[in-house]
Amino acid sequence: MAAFGTGGSRSQVRGPSLGFRFTLYAILSIVVMFLDQRHGWLEQARYLLQAGAYPLQVAVNSPSTAWNWLSESFQSRDALRAENARLHKEQHELELRSMRYDALARENGELRGLKEALPPVADRWLAAEIVTDSHRQRILINRGTTNGVFRAQVVMDDKGVIGQTVHVGPWSAEVILITNQEHAIPVTIERTGLRTIAVGAGDESNPNLLGLPYLPGNADVKVGDQLVTSGLGGVFPAGYPVGRVIEVHRDAVQPLAQVRATPYADVDKDREVMLVWFREDHPAAPAAATTTDLKVGNKSLQPQPTPPPRPKATAPAAQPETPATPAPATNTTAPHPANSSAGARKPTSPSGTVNPPPAPSSNRGTGSAPASAEAAPATKEPAPVEAPKNPTTEPPADAPRNP
Amino acid sequence: MSSEVARGRILFSTLVALVLTILPLPPAGEYIRPSFLVLTVLYWSVAAPRTAGVGLGWFAGLLLDVFQGPVLGQHALVLALVSFITALEHQRIRSKPMFQQSLIVLFVLAFYNGVVLAIDGWTGHPLPNPLLWIQCATGALIWAPAATLLAQGRRV
Repeated sequence: MAAFGTGGSRSQVRGPSLGFRFTLYAILSIVVMFLDQRHGWLEQARYLLQAGAYPLQVAVNSPSTAWNWLSESFQSRDALRAENARLHKEQHELELRSMRYDALARENGELRGLKEALPPVADRWLAAEIVTDSHRQRILINRGTTNGVFRAQVVMDDKGVIGQTVHVGPWSAEVILITNQEHAIPVTIERTGLRTIAVGAGDESNPNLLGLPYLPGNADVKVGDQLVTSGLGGVFPAGYPVGRVIEVHRDAVQPLAQVRATPYADVDKDREVMLVWFREDHPAAPAAATTTDLKVGNKSLQPQPTPPPRPKATAPAAQPETPATPAPATNTTAPHPANSSAGARKPTSPSGTVNPPPAPSSNRGTGSAPASAEAAPATKEPAPVEAPKNPTTEPPADAPRNP
Repeated sequence: MSSEVARGRILFSTLVALVLTILPLPPAGEYIRPSFLVLTVLYWSVAAPRTAGVGLGWFAGLLLDVFQGPVLGQHALVLALVSFITALEHQRIRSKPMFQQSLIVLFVLAFYNGVVLAIDGWTGHPLPNPLLWIQCATGALIWAPAATLLAQGRRV
């Protein structure tokens, strides 16, 4: 064949050698898959690979970046002026609103009997640019460990929660969006206080939707309800806007309502996102400092039938040499049972969000069951540290957190 | 042709194919775009089964995993498998006319997609949009020009 040049003179491929090499590579890749999937032992390797991949990703994305830059720099004077005016107006509005917010915060503090208003739960912000926008509902941003980014960090835009970091490299981080089918975020319906889980809907026509698959048919939810983060699950702090319910479908045959919500954040249009650091000792902060604590907690929880809500007294005991230290991190990291059934949820039946999966019934009574150690750190699991709610009974999950 | 030069050519074409594969496109383009990297690996495992072969397939697949896959090692395994099969059968594939080669490529790409989907399901990841099967057809269509182009590179 012309396409292969004069290949006739080539010697035969040695069969056994080829087969042997293939067997080696197959075993190697199965081991890699197993380690990556089950244990997250390849974080270090992933870190290096991500570091190596980043330049190529930037290079590949440079044409569109250049185009954006060009179109921005050739904007007409009028357009710029209009935008400037609009931004000024917006800034005034926001300032007015934040004035009101300060007053409210002070009032809230007085009502709670605190000496002074609590500081906001968000401690620090860092803007990050989206480098690539993959079709798998994951994005790559241009901040990494050199900027202090850590795993399972909250990512937002100016309207609401976007997602959380999954893999962090030195200069880049992969963010899983809340609309990813593999992601679940614990939310509260603001109007009623009903807590549930929002997962990516995985619609083929409109991938940027959330589903609320664990609401019973008689749940008090209607179109237009606001979803905010509930603060459970250890990643997202309480009270941040997530989305709005746009569709409630109740079927007499189905035990669960089929609810769709649209995220507030412009998940598909954003070019810049914000990474957020939270105060760990704040009441609204996410429950667990991070996953390692959960792991430890799980090990100790394993044989115990009931979840011990760890009292604050245990924290100083952990550091006998500095008894005066309040150890804020460990206080808030008492492993609460909300995380406990994260491993029980079937990750990803593709139809899982459309037809309510049987998970809730199997989760009944698992409030005290310990989470599997992988469930918390392996963010490829659908609900990294969040637990599906039992739809029919008030979940016991919050008891330790909001005493 | 010395094997050093061939190796450089193989690596270069693989890199180009990788760039073409991860180049951001609008969603419609994502579905139509053939997996250039797989095609390139197929070509080299047919054309130079001793130099390229399974190893090239594995490393190219690992690159795909780093850039796109949810599981590390998934594409590596399948691409190594595919390049193993094609390298075994390289004589037979080579001797076929271009049209039949395209059919074989269609079959191999469908097999590749199927195994990738199977691993997706097995590891509990959501299956991608079924429109991705279009990639197989476009891949088979582009095989003839791609093979000719890569062969041109060989002749230089």
